[in-house]
Amino acid sequence: MRVPLTLVAAASTLLGMAAGLGAFTFVYAKGNSYLTNDPKACANCHVMTEQYEGWQKGSHHAVATCNDCHTPHNFVGKYMTKARNGFWHSYYFTTQTFHEPIRIGAASLAITESTCRSCHSDMVEAIASHPGPGGEASCVRCHPSVGHREFGAVGSVPGGVGH
Amino acid sequence: MTPTRPSATRIALIAAIAGGLAAIGATFLLVNIFERKQEAKNPFFRVVELNDETEDPSVWGKNFPLQYDAYLRTVDQVRTRFGGSEALPQAPTEADPRGQVAQSRLKEDPRLKTFWAGYAFSVDFRKKRGHAYMLEDQTFTQRVQQFKQPGTCLHCHGSVYVPYKKAGGGDLMKGFEIVNKMPYTEARKLATHPVSCIDCHDSQTMQLRVTRPGFLEGIKALKASQGVADYDVNSMATRQEMRSFVCGQCHVEYYFKGPEKRLTYPWHKGLKVENIYDYYEEVGFTDWTHAKTGAPTLKAQHPEFEMWNQGVHARSGVACADCHMPYTRVGAMKISDHHVRSPLLNINNSCQTCHRFSEAEILARAENIQAKTVALRNVAMDAVIALIEDIETQKKAGATDADLKAAWGHQRRAQFYVDFVESENSNGFHAPQEATRILGEAIDSARKGQLALRPLPKVARK
Repeated sequence: MRVPLTLVAAASTLLGMAAGLGAFTFVYAKGNSYLTNDPKACANCHVMTEQYEGWQKGSHHAVATCNDCHTPHNFVGKYMTKARNGFWHSYYFTTQTFHEPIRIGAASLAITESTCRSCHSDMVEAIASHPGPGGEASCVRCHPSVGHREFGAVGSVPGGVGH
Repeated sequence: MTPTRPSATRIALIAAIAGGLAAIGATFLLVNIFERKQEAKNPFFRVVELNDETEDPSVWGKNFPLQYDAYLRTVDQVRTRFGGSEALPQAPTEADPRGQVAQSRLKEDPRLKTFWAGYAFSVDFRKKRGHAYMLEDQTFTQRVQQFKQPGTCLHCHGSVYVPYKKAGGGDLMKGFEIVNKMPYTEARKLATHPVSCIDCHDSQTMQLRVTRPGFLEGIKALKASQGVADYDVNSMATRQEMRSFVCGQCHVEYYFKGPEKRLTYPWHKGLKVENIYDYYEEVGFTDWTHAKTGAPTLKAQHPEFEMWNQGVHARSGVACADCHMPYTRVGAMKISDHHVRSPLLNINNSCQTCHRFSEAEILARAENIQAKTVALRNVAMDAVIALIEDIETQKKAGATDADLKAAWGHQRRAQFYVDFVESENSNGFHAPQEATRILGEAIDSARKGQLALRPLPKVARK
């Protein structure tokens, strides 16, 4: 049975409009920036401004970008993490149902702990290489501000002691 | 229309792409597995093989020279404003070959002789010094030389993990029970070293583990009181908890239970001083009868673990090792500093990781806390001494046991509470508000004891 031409035309127009709207949204939301390593991409959403500025003043500014700490250091892991984080960040930012002040999730924290070790393994071999039933040592528990330092933390002076 | 078969080229192309993707995925998995295996490799060079019988720390030191070197430094006697000690020369005798000791606390504060009248501590009690001296000081203190002590004492003052296992034919708990029953002079022969690597570390993985039967049973009783049955610390504690538990093996209040002198940590009702006091009341335990008053008196011994647990650092998850064995960089490696000592001698590594103030400011804050605790402890000590003297006066004037019973009860409580803070080695720092609270309660008990000995003055008639 032949499909009526008008139906084909209508369907094609709608599909075309959908594709066009989608493409426009993609460009408007700077979708392709998320394929890069540029920290500016992570600060596309203003909710991340504090972390972006903290990173700029932090000790790891010159040696690590957002991806270096928050995505695994392998190809598949990195893009899977970007995809997963991208989806959930979009979801939560759209629905505004995330916890404020923003908190890192357990999976993302595990990734960050592993990236600390990835670069600093030689330094911390003696204390971090024998996890037992009790679990592993946490780097960020004592070093919470090496990535994006927060102002106003206990005893901190802007630009002050240590890093 | 007849459906057409996809061409051979098409199939080949799809198959090639699918195969290529599969190969990429498989290679990724293989490389990942290789990386995990590399991560598990030994981070240290095995000069010697260690096992669960290697008691001698110098053998461990061959594999871990940096940690061993720091461990040896506990021979350094450095005082802080309120803590530590200085090396006091003494003429060695046959009975006591030590050429250096720490200062006598009894000479420094003669009230302690009254406080502990009738008990070994009133004969010899010295300021503290490093782990390196624990076995030597126990062997030669007058408390052990002049008084018959049980082998139980060895539990905390020597490396007893291997000796206990040997005595028990491989069974740690059995060996513990056997050694407890021996006289100290016999048991002493079984120990060779002060606390050693094997007492805290697993020889194969270097993981922390608890070896002391006293703690194994004590923490089990504590957890049971909190609703956790059959707590096995070595499989259930987190890594951060272990960094406090291995110290809690010895830095605790304890008593010797029953004729078998079983070392017992009194945690069955909880860790607070009143929980411990209530437990002692329940089991009817007394350390000694006070020589001046006749009161059934309790001695408290170094309750650092219990005290620290009440403070804000414990509440924030800061372990003993975080301050007393802080991570330190040696060359390109980060290791735990095994020179266990006052954090006030190492403020940068111990405190400044979290507290971003100058060393002078941090020291001032710590000494502020300690000065206040020591001052209040002075007040509490005076109060208890005043009560002891009052009871003694009444006793000499012919008061009976029945007359003195109420006052004895107050002395027992006041004395235990003061001793809890007196024998705790942080001068209040581990839990400042708690130390103050305990001393406040002690003063209250002491003065109530005095009131119990006095009739109310009659109201003057006009």
